[in-house]
Amino acid sequence: MDLAQLYETFKGLENPSIWQEFYVKFYNAWFFEDRWMSYFRGLVTTIEVTVIALMIGVILGVLVATIRTAHDQQRPGSKNILLGIVNLICKIYVTIIRGTPMMVQLMIMGFVIFASSREATLVGALALGINSGAYVAEIIRGGLMSLDPGQMEAGRSLGLGYLDTMRFIVIPQAFKAILPALGNEFIVLLKDTSLISVIAGKEIVYFARAIITKTYEPMFPYLITAVMYLIMVLIFTWLQTKLERRLRQSDRR
Amino acid sequence: MIDVKHLTKSFGDHLVLNDISEHIYPGEKVVVIGPSGSGKSTFLRCLNLLESPTSGTITFNGMEITDPKSDIDLIRRQMGMVFQHFNLFPNMTIRKNITLAPVRTGLMKQNEADEVAMTLLRRVGLEEKADAYPAQLSGGQKQRIAIVRALAMQPKVMLFDEPTSALDPEMVGEVLDVMKELANEGMTMVVVTHEMGFAREVASRVLFMADGNILEQNSPKEFFANPQHERTKLFLSKVL
Ligand SMILES: Nc1ncnc2c1ncn2[C@@H]1O[C@H](COP(=O)(O)OP(=O)(O)OP(=O)(O)O)[C@@H](O)[C@H]1O
Ligand SMILES: [Mg+2]
Repeated sequence: MDLAQLYETFKGLENPSIWQEFYVKFYNAWFFEDRWMSYFRGLVTTIEVTVIALMIGVILGVLVATIRTAHDQQRPGSKNILLGIVNLICKIYVTIIRGTPMMVQLMIMGFVIFASSREATLVGALALGINSGAYVAEIIRGGLMSLDPGQMEAGRSLGLGYLDTMRFIVIPQAFKAILPALGNEFIVLLKDTSLISVIAGKEIVYFARAIITKTYEPMFPYLITAVMYLIMVLIFTWLQTKLERRLRQSDRR
Repeated sequence: MIDVKHLTKSFGDHLVLNDISEHIYPGEKVVVIGPSGSGKSTFLRCLNLLESPTSGTITFNGMEITDPKSDIDLIRRQMGMVFQHFNLFPNMTIRKNITLAPVRTGLMKQNEADEVAMTLLRRVGLEEKADAYPAQLSGGQKQRIAIVRALAMQPKVMLFDEPTSALDPEMVGEVLDVMKELANEGMTMVVVTHEMGFAREVASRVLFMADGNILEQNSPKEFFANPQHERTKLFLSKVL
């Protein structure tokens, strides 16, 4: 039997069973007027926002981590003043971002700083990227600092320069060490894209809400949203596990 | 070869090296001994500027290492260093561990470096480990690889900081054997160690450090037979 026909039949029932009622609600939330398409429009936005925010986050994170590590690794006695100032700015940035809720940051960006902007989605991506950058910076810095200083010393004692030692010895090991934490941060970022609906960013939650205002039935739109996020996170987790397994190659005994 | 003048090093207000002047001549095997915390490691690490001296000068073959204008990487390429905890690079194969520095610093092409690596590995009996990763080796094997890695840069002097202290007793011998062989070939060596047998057998000179000073020094024969200072006698009575 045709799905739409079934829907019409169940809708006309005087006393529908609970399953028939669910069917009608689901149909309203997904098939009616091709509503499923708007979830996928939201999904595309979610992926776009995640990618843009990720790029901003990684660039900011690497930059801030590099500045802060370079500052901390200066030889005592030869402090660079400019580096000191930039380092202080980085520290303030990380403190503010990590010390305030994502939602509040988003509202300040959307309703105060970019109040006149119509590009809510882009503003949302920017806010998420700036937020993510602070966490990525701390993850990278933690990875660089957790590495045995003997590795840097061994590289330098062989006559390799600071940059070569970083590139061939420190960074590959630090990257491997921070990969799980970076993966977590990426998942948090992906899920936080759902927040940009508060500043009218058009991702999945935004469209789910739009459907609810028409149907007055919140259950299925939100469940569908949840399932879509879950599937994205599962796909990503699977990819991450594969990558980690490949990088673990050098640990085999 | 290495000339140390009025070397002082403090960490904060903790004075670790107190005005040390010393000269290391080509071909010498200098063994540094002394109680824990006396500054042996710090002294050795100052020689290739892993620690920057608080004051004093160190000159290596006429180049002043402590001069901020000197190219420290260039100098370090001529000074091999072997660490207590090996510090092999766990993310690379043994072959890569050995060839990375010679290739990146332009000393050799990759194929030359590979050949040098194999020759050196054969000398220490580990040629079949070339494609293994450090995690697959025993402590003694790791330390022999660490020595080979330093030798691949064709250094003029080798610095050893307690190369056998982190090893299980049954692996100490294999590492000391490699070091003895190196000594016999005429390498200039500065060795911090607690292996008194090695000092007796190999050293051309023994330095005894205590509280940031070189308290006394002598040929190994004289040093062990007639220690001058009370501190030295006390130390030797404990370790011999
Ligand atoms: N990076 C550092 N910061 C602060 N103090 C240090 C540092 N490195 C060494 N010291 C101190 O300097 C003193 C000498 O240390 P050093 O490692 O040179 O001694 P050592 O003779 O090699 O001892 P051991 O036989 O235990 O290796 C010690 O009191 C140590 O605590
Ligand atoms: Mg020591």
